[in-house]
Amino acid sequence: MDVEGEVPAAAAAAAANGLGGAEEASAAPVSAEQLDVEAYAAQYSGRTRLARLLFIADRCGVEAMQLEALRMAYDEIKRWEDVQLHRDVAAKIGGRLGPRFGLDQAWVDTVTRRADQRKEKLENELNGYRTNLIKESIRMGYNDIGDFFYAHGQLSDAFKSYIRTRDYCTTSKHIVQMCMNVILVSIELGQYAHVSNYVSKAEQTPDSLDPIIVAKLKAAAGLANLETKKYKLAARKFVETGIELGNNYSEVIAPQDVAVYGALCALASFDRSDLKSKVIDNINFRNFLELVPEVRELVNDFYASRYGSCLGHLEKLKPNLLLDIHLHEHVETLYMDIRHKAIIQYTLPFISVDLNTMATAFKTSVTMLEKELAALITENKIQARIDSHNKILYARHADQRNATFQRVLQTGNGFERDVKSMLLRANLLKHDYIQKTSGPRKM
Amino acid sequence: MESLEALVAHIQGLSGSPEEVAHLHSLLKQADGEPLRAHAAALVPFLAHLSPETHSLGYLYLLEACATSGSNLSDFGGGDFLVTIAGFLTACSADQIRLAPDKFLNVCRVLKDQVMQLIMPIRGIAPLRAAVRKIQSSPEQLTPVHADYLLLCLLAKQYKAGLSVLEDDIFEVEQPKDLFLYCYYGGMIYIGLKKFPKALELLHNAVTAPMSMLNAIAVEAYKKYVLVSLIVNGQVPSFPKYTSVSAQRSMKNHAQIYVELSTSYSNGRYTDLETFVQANSAVFQSDNNLGLVKQVLSSMYKRNIQRLTQTYLTLSLEDIARSVQLETPRDAEMHVLRMIEDGEIHATINQKDGMVSFHEDPEQYKSVEMLEHIDSSIQRLTALSKKLASIDENMSCDPAYLMKTGRDRGRFDGRFDYDDYDSVPHKYF
Repeated sequence: MDVEGEVPAAAAAAAANGLGGAEEASAAPVSAEQLDVEAYAAQYSGRTRLARLLFIADRCGVEAMQLEALRMAYDEIKRWEDVQLHRDVAAKIGGRLGPRFGLDQAWVDTVTRRADQRKEKLENELNGYRTNLIKESIRMGYNDIGDFFYAHGQLSDAFKSYIRTRDYCTTSKHIVQMCMNVILVSIELGQYAHVSNYVSKAEQTPDSLDPIIVAKLKAAAGLANLETKKYKLAARKFVETGIELGNNYSEVIAPQDVAVYGALCALASFDRSDLKSKVIDNINFRNFLELVPEVRELVNDFYASRYGSCLGHLEKLKPNLLLDIHLHEHVETLYMDIRHKAIIQYTLPFISVDLNTMATAFKTSVTMLEKELAALITENKIQARIDSHNKILYARHADQRNATFQRVLQTGNGFERDVKSMLLRANLLKHDYIQKTSGPRKM
Repeated sequence: MESLEALVAHIQGLSGSPEEVAHLHSLLKQADGEPLRAHAAALVPFLAHLSPETHSLGYLYLLEACATSGSNLSDFGGGDFLVTIAGFLTACSADQIRLAPDKFLNVCRVLKDQVMQLIMPIRGIAPLRAAVRKIQSSPEQLTPVHADYLLLCLLAKQYKAGLSVLEDDIFEVEQPKDLFLYCYYGGMIYIGLKKFPKALELLHNAVTAPMSMLNAIAVEAYKKYVLVSLIVNGQVPSFPKYTSVSAQRSMKNHAQIYVELSTSYSNGRYTDLETFVQANSAVFQSDNNLGLVKQVLSSMYKRNIQRLTQTYLTLSLEDIARSVQLETPRDAEMHVLRMIEDGEIHATINQKDGMVSFHEDPEQYKSVEMLEHIDSSIQRLTALSKKLASIDENMSCDPAYLMKTGRDRGRFDGRFDYDDYDSVPHKYF
């Protein structure tokens, strides 16, 4: 993996000019450097490369980048045998790249024919193995079929085949292999519950696992948590991922991604002590962060309370993160959380804070800041009050004694009310009961 | 059947001591019925011979015969008859009339009907209040007269008069229908006096009372309950689990509009709520709830302003107007001023800068009044707890209860064990 191709997310990347069109416009003006599609795609292999390229093509608003992505996707697909994707990509290109990139019907036909043949052969073999009842052969047969379906883009069939190998696994190595296959397909299908499931299955095998496999499992678990919005768990998993991951899991995730996802989730969900111990002082994770120096700067700025520059870095990263297939839906939430945490952390040490200085620190206007603070106070995340006339924020600590008295009186009233109604109801029931036992009587 | 004169003589003679009264009672019961009523017209002059305090029982029988005789009361000189009844109710002796409660209730009912017919409800208030006290065997008992009395107070708009009866807690109820009416009218009286928390309590009792089938009074009570709870708490709580099953299932269906109102209220936007109310004002009007609904509207402003006091120390009037969705800062100023006067918030308005400063609640819980208040609350609650404990004890000694639990226990063990018996509580002498 070349350093130059460091995820442009990391380098002094910035949004392309037209990028804001598709998503919400980024606040800070940025220089017009585009995501280097080729370098980005080079980090990944397998189907995820295709998926990512297509995603970029769909999401980015810049024609040049879009065509670049589509072109690369087209070439990539020729290496695999997924006919449907080929059709989709050809349709999307729509002839804009010239005749070489059109729907290649001949190729489609050959591939389909070859696929049918191979499928028949595999199925026959499998049936043969099944009659012979040789476990290992059956397992390998299902595996091969699973791989075949995967290559053809028939993901749910692949999923089913991989699951069926479970019954024929004899050693833990087999189990692990099965789990890894299932995880791969589930991630692509978007079924993250299965991912978590099989990660824990794989981790429970009695034999000790290869550190690379451990790292892969942790990364997959983190991804599953991220997609199900459990940011704290995701962060924990990502920071625990071993550096041995390297490029070995490029069919799912690149190490830069681990760094970025982990850092963002950690910033949004960890408290200060966790942030220090698990992220900043974590030697293991530091290796990941080295790959994305911008994110490393970001985390350090946050911890050192340099909120302005921290938020600035975040804004710069945003456009490229919006192109990432796993992160894009969570970017807004994570950013909002990080911003809120920054504000809360800022106000914590002071008795009174001048809103003007705070607004410059956060690079926003006083009115916007006042609104944000009001929202946070209403949610009880900051204990303070705003003096809107002088634009000062005063810390305010509840008077415990008064609050206790109030609560006591309230509880007393509530008790009285409830007991009285209860006695009344008991009485009504008693009369009802008496009437029932003494026979029907006119009400 | 004795002649009327003889009857009257008996009454006059036998109203001395309790034994005599009992004898009189049996005589009267014999003489009671259609024959007496047939002579209704002739009875009136005899009433003048009897005195309501000493001859209450006899008076009552004769009066009741006249009143329920079916002939028009104006035959008896309308207004005067009313005065007679009223005089009797105020002056009668409680012990004697308790021997014939149904008759007494009939007389009260007649009074109420008459008064309502004459559209002068205020004339019925004083006599009925006296009647309530007399027929109650204890201040905690609910009688049918309660409901009638409250109805008259409502019609006459004499809410304070209703208060004296409402202040007693009711623990004994004989007829569930009385309870529903009592709670409903009582709730309305408290609403009229703007004592919303107490109204909420009564309406809550009406809504959660045990009932095998939904009744119309409970549904009306529920509608008002929704509105009052929006005013007091800003939200409508869900049914507690002791609500009857029939209520939980179908109450909301009958009060659909109100449920929608409460969801619209919880969204917090005044304009939406206003449009909703306008659109459905006909429905609210037909339920006679339009006034209450308007109060719900204004309570929304109050709630929003109160929320502001939690976040700001000072705030300009324009900002208040904007966040609460009022038209102009002047409106905001008026609202805040009214809330300060009502004691709902603590603030000062600085007109020069157009700023409002919010203060903390100045109550320090250190004053003598507060101490007395807390002390009396504690005493009240201790008394209530004792009452609860004694009722629980009585219940545990009740034979029906013992049989039920003993039976269950027996089923479980399959045989009677001395250990089982020992753990069942006995009444300690």
